[in-house]
Amino acid sequence: MNMQAAPRQTIGAAPEVGQPHTRNESACHDLSIRVRDLNLWYGESQALKGLNIDLFQKNVTALIGPSGCGKSTFLRCLNRMNDLIPSVRIEGLVEMDGRDVNQVKMDEVALRRRVGMVFQKPNPFPKSIYENIAYAPRMHDLVSRKPEQDELVEKALRDAGLWEEVKDKLHQPGTSLSGGQQQRLCIARAIAVQPDVILMDEPTSALDPISTATIEDLMDRLKEQFTIITVTHNMQQAARVADYTAFFHLGEIIEYNDTKTMFANPATKKAEDYITGRYG
Amino acid sequence: MSQTFDEISSQLRKRHRRSARLKWISMGALGLAGLFLLWFFSDMLGKGLPAFQQAQIQVEVDYNEDASRMGRAALDPDLSRLVSRTFERMIPVQIRENPELLGTSETRWVLANAQVDQYLKGHRHKLNEQQVVLVDELLAEGRVELKFNTNFFTTGDSKMAEASGILSAAVGTVMTMLVTLAIAFPIGVMTAVYLEEFAPDNRFTQLIEININNLAAIPSILFGLLGLAIFINFFGVPRSTPLVGGMTLALMTLPVIIIATRTALRSVPDSIRHAAFGVGCSRWQVVRDHVLPLAMPGIMTGSIIGLAQAMGETAPLIIVGMVAFIPDVGASFTEAATVLPAQIFTWAGEPEKAFVEKTAGGILVLLTILIFLNATAVILRKKFERRW
Repeated sequence: MNMQAAPRQTIGAAPEVGQPHTRNESACHDLSIRVRDLNLWYGESQALKGLNIDLFQKNVTALIGPSGCGKSTFLRCLNRMNDLIPSVRIEGLVEMDGRDVNQVKMDEVALRRRVGMVFQKPNPFPKSIYENIAYAPRMHDLVSRKPEQDELVEKALRDAGLWEEVKDKLHQPGTSLSGGQQQRLCIARAIAVQPDVILMDEPTSALDPISTATIEDLMDRLKEQFTIITVTHNMQQAARVADYTAFFHLGEIIEYNDTKTMFANPATKKAEDYITGRYG
Repeated sequence: MSQTFDEISSQLRKRHRRSARLKWISMGALGLAGLFLLWFFSDMLGKGLPAFQQAQIQVEVDYNEDASRMGRAALDPDLSRLVSRTFERMIPVQIRENPELLGTSETRWVLANAQVDQYLKGHRHKLNEQQVVLVDELLAEGRVELKFNTNFFTTGDSKMAEASGILSAAVGTVMTMLVTLAIAFPIGVMTAVYLEEFAPDNRFTQLIEININNLAAIPSILFGLLGLAIFINFFGVPRSTPLVGGMTLALMTLPVIIIATRTALRSVPDSIRHAAFGVGCSRWQVVRDHVLPLAMPGIMTGSIIGLAQAMGETAPLIIVGMVAFIPDVGASFTEAATVLPAQIFTWAGEPEKAFVEKTAGGILVLLTILIFLNATAVILRKKFERRW
């Protein structure tokens, strides 16, 4: 019902609030994932209603909105994790690299290799730190020899900013690390298969402020290599780390804009109320 | 109007009394159960421990010409009535196999018969008065003695109580259990994996689930009938063998293993599955590399308990003919064999008094094995207990 009120959900298309500082002027970003008319039902109830959004490469896009607004559901559409829920029905286009990811022909395993995921609660495998990283690349035949594998493990851990902390205890269980370290281990695990996109579902909600800051710095560095799409409940976090922000409400994208504009000058009343903390 | 503490206390008194009464009743029930258990164990130990000792008698064995035809001739006629007939029967065989024995003689300890044994243990016996006097004399001379009964563990069943042992039944049990495990474990685990990780949740799978739960509660003798009808009559599997017994018990153990495995799989948190799917595992890789290893301790525990249950099972084995007189230790899966509980059942039916302690002794051996198995299951569970 708010579709008409909402601006066209593409970047730079919020003409009613012209912004001096929109970043999209300076950076012309390449498209990573294109979503058109995406509808999703859990059984009878519709959770996503006609979503249209373009997600850009090597940027951090934050998905914000009150609980139950469909942002996590949308995130899971991007690597078809919703397939695991039997009652889910999806319509619409999620296009990556010119291919519709929801097509039967698309192998969800191949999709998940290119679209990695980090979950809300750190969930390292109950194996060694080394094995947590090495497992997936080995499974995907990205590495064949042991030295290669060692190298890849080190690189992934370095990229995740965890190497210095764990280099002497690579063979201890991943679950022995602290919460923040576990989450960085999960990020390292995700980037070890060299995906294009990393989905993060409230990656810091189970962490303390210091660990959160570390992860946020990490996201800032990782966006040079990866497209990051993160769900967050934390307004400040979205403002800090995201280049673009999409505001979800009741299964619709109300507003999508570059973060500065979104927070300084939201185009819609709903987004403004949410951002200023009037509900959520 | 608020009430004073005293008023409230007086109202509460009745409630407290009731909860105290309930506590005493439940403790009483527990105590009663404990008492029965204690009674059972002390009775079994009291009856069964003597089975681990057996009377032996020192006799002069004279390998003469007559003895090569009839073993009894090798012994003093009075003493020969005290010696086990299994020993006497062996004398001619020994001479035939070892001709240079002929003409020699030796003094050795041999198995006394069940009556001497029972007399020494203070049980009812059938010795006549002269024999009692003779045994008392021998006892004073130190020529009759209760010794550790190695025989019980190294021989099979025998019609002579003093010579019967449990080895053939124990070997039969091991072979039967091997067959059971080899069939029930892989099928049970794979069934559970399919139902839990792959199958859609619909009417059909729910029906299967209900049926599996029902199967676990079916009286075991029905599995015996099924085994008889299908394995023996239809497929022609040789009867009385560890093969058919193991297959029948596998039917019985399957639902136990399936249910235990499903529980173990369900206790693996979804976050692990999501993590594995997230890095691009196929469904089978998720199960093989992540879920199954984590569920394995639980699966092992359930399987061991299922196996222990099968090991104590007699009814279905009666139907497939595994309750039989098996004096020789079996060598293959297709030879007639018996199992421990069936051996106990056989002994319990013997009219001779000396078999009572054999029965109790057999029960002790079976119980020891079962306690050992269940303890292993508990230790496995404790050791690999994991928190997420």
